[in-house]
Amino acid sequence: MSISPPEQKIWFNEPVDKVELLWVGMALVWALIMFAMMPLWHLKGSQNMSNEAYRIHPEAYQAKVDDMVAKFTVGEEGKAKTPVVRPPAGSDVYLLARLWEWYPVLELEQGKSYRLHLSSLDWQHGFSVQPANINLQVHPGIDEVVTITPTTSGDFGIICNEYCGIGHHTMLGKIRVVAAK
Amino acid sequence: MVAKPVFRTCGLTGLKIHDEAEKLIKANAVVAIVVLAIGGLMGLLVALTRWPSVHLLPADLFYLALTAHGIDILIVWCIFFEVALMYFASAILLGSRLAAPKMGWVAFALMVLGAAITNWKVLEGNSSVMMTSYVPMQADPLFYVGLILFAVGALIACFIFLGTLVVAKEEKTYEGSIPLVTFGALVACIIAVYTIASGAIILIPTFLWSIGLISHIDPLMYKVVWWGMGHSSQQINVAAHIAVWYAIAAILFGAKPLSEKVSRMAYLTYVFFLQIASAHHLLVEPGLSSSYKIFNTSYGMYLAVLGSMIHGLTVPGCIEAAQRKKGFNKGLFEWLRKAPWGNPVFSGMFLSLIMFGFLGGISGVTMGVEQINIMIHNTIYVPGHFHGTVAVGTTLAFMAITYFLVPALWQREIIMPGLAKLQPYLFGLGMGVFSLFMMGAGTLGVSRRHWDMAFSDAPHAFSHPPAAYLMMGIVGVSAVIAVIGGALFVVVIVGSVLFGKPIKATAPAPAPSPVASYGSEQHASVPGTFTLALLFLTVFVLYYFVNWKYLASTWLMS
Repeated sequence: MSISPPEQKIWFNEPVDKVELLWVGMALVWALIMFAMMPLWHLKGSQNMSNEAYRIHPEAYQAKVDDMVAKFTVGEEGKAKTPVVRPPAGSDVYLLARLWEWYPVLELEQGKSYRLHLSSLDWQHGFSVQPANINLQVHPGIDEVVTITPTTSGDFGIICNEYCGIGHHTMLGKIRVVAAK
Repeated sequence: MVAKPVFRTCGLTGLKIHDEAEKLIKANAVVAIVVLAIGGLMGLLVALTRWPSVHLLPADLFYLALTAHGIDILIVWCIFFEVALMYFASAILLGSRLAAPKMGWVAFALMVLGAAITNWKVLEGNSSVMMTSYVPMQADPLFYVGLILFAVGALIACFIFLGTLVVAKEEKTYEGSIPLVTFGALVACIIAVYTIASGAIILIPTFLWSIGLISHIDPLMYKVVWWGMGHSSQQINVAAHIAVWYAIAAILFGAKPLSEKVSRMAYLTYVFFLQIASAHHLLVEPGLSSSYKIFNTSYGMYLAVLGSMIHGLTVPGCIEAAQRKKGFNKGLFEWLRKAPWGNPVFSGMFLSLIMFGFLGGISGVTMGVEQINIMIHNTIYVPGHFHGTVAVGTTLAFMAITYFLVPALWQREIIMPGLAKLQPYLFGLGMGVFSLFMMGAGTLGVSRRHWDMAFSDAPHAFSHPPAAYLMMGIVGVSAVIAVIGGALFVVVIVGSVLFGKPIKATAPAPAPSPVASYGSEQHASVPGTFTLALLFLTVFVLYYFVNWKYLASTWLMS
């Protein structure tokens, strides 16, 4: 039994049943297929992590955000009158996370690519664009760069989905995707 | 001067039971169940708050209860019970004395003290940092001290287990190799040592940082090492509850492994690959390379997943073989239909096996794909997955074996047998539905660890689709059902220990006879189990590729 020592002292030499061997073989093939899928998607797929990130001081990041806001603000929105920024397609776009807001509101064009930068000024935050359902982790001190191409238009919420203290559930930002001109 | 160890022979199983080992098993199991009750209550409060139309607690208490629920259930309950299981699988199954019982009490005291300190700090309200306590968010220094003390205690318990294996070998209390269940406990113990070492490496500096002796802890480094503890601690659970499955198959059916070699090799893949995983929590993290993530999240080319899929065949397979030897040979599934579904030891174990595979297993592998994780990370899909592993897998299996441990160790009959019969179904199926619908809501983007899915106080407006609200409502209802099942467990077990009819120590019954001598090509074939395994693989493959398809429909990222 499984709760007593094996009956055969040399159990290693016991022959294994065909059904067990067959299952081990099938499971192994499936394991290798699953393993191949990840590198394959890096080659052929269009949704991948960028692997591009830099160490940055929070103040230096803040300066880049302020610079972009000063150049490209087209309005303001929401209870906190957050600036709405419309950066040119293909440019570097800086989104900032801090307790407890996403700053600023971004206006992007559908089908255009942007180099989106993400970083936090304080604790960790979670960048969760809904309902597109894209979720990325945001760290203080790391400038993460993702080339992103919105394929659907409308207003998207940026939920913070990394717990960041008592105001966590009020941390909601916005991305507006408009049809290309 | 060491007192001579005292033994008794178990009237139920014929096992030789060391007095000191028995006391330590009882003490650890009792504390485990008390913590399960506290952690379960916290879980109820969390679920009632996330149920949109109830929304019970205010935000601060919600985050507090969630922190306590995570620590008490994921760490304290599981590890206390696992210490009891390690002592059982070594001293009792090998008929040996427990090595260093006095150190066993030291370990026990440290674990109780540590758990109490951490709980006290969390309940005080200044350490609502979640189980993960990600820096730079800071908890009270004693929060970390409690966890460190608990870990030191658990580490001592691991070494007592290892010491007992040495003692049993030295004193020749058994012949040949250790039983498969003990081997499983050994695997759990090896993973536990690795887990605790990772915990020490990260929590000690974090404690020093919290009292101002270290100026900075890098948040990314913290996560990489912390998850060496956080994820691996759940692998202790997997190794332990699979050992429990094998143990129950042997206790109830006299089942022996289809093949010692295959089952032990499957366990060995855990030692090599299962515990490397920590990148599951870091797949969408900046600053880590994809090649590291891919190797790590796949447990080394999914070889540990292969191990689990093997157990998925061999555990029900050994039951089928034993049942067929007894004559339940009709069709594919007579062996399963005629199994003792009214016995909570069996029903709990089998529900745990099925749901761990279909809910926890498939979802875990799928969400652990580097790219698919982009759609899953930190949504409520994640707790959906791990309630499919830790709640319906580990906790339910531990509940099932408790129904055996009470008559065997406390020598008491189970009270309220009718309720005991119902209990695994209420808890198991409640938790199963709960887990499934959390995953559904997560797919719709609902966030985990979040007090307000309506975002009423946010600067902008955003609303989740009505289906997400409906699913979170179902999550609330099924949580209540599961908690009723969990509370029944606590009531029945505590009641049985205190008021159960004593089982008279009759002449030792013969140990359940192992079913003939299969284990090689002579064993009965297992077509029913193979059919179940094929069904499992089909569901797995379909679900896996559906998720790739869903990923392909979202925004482009590179």
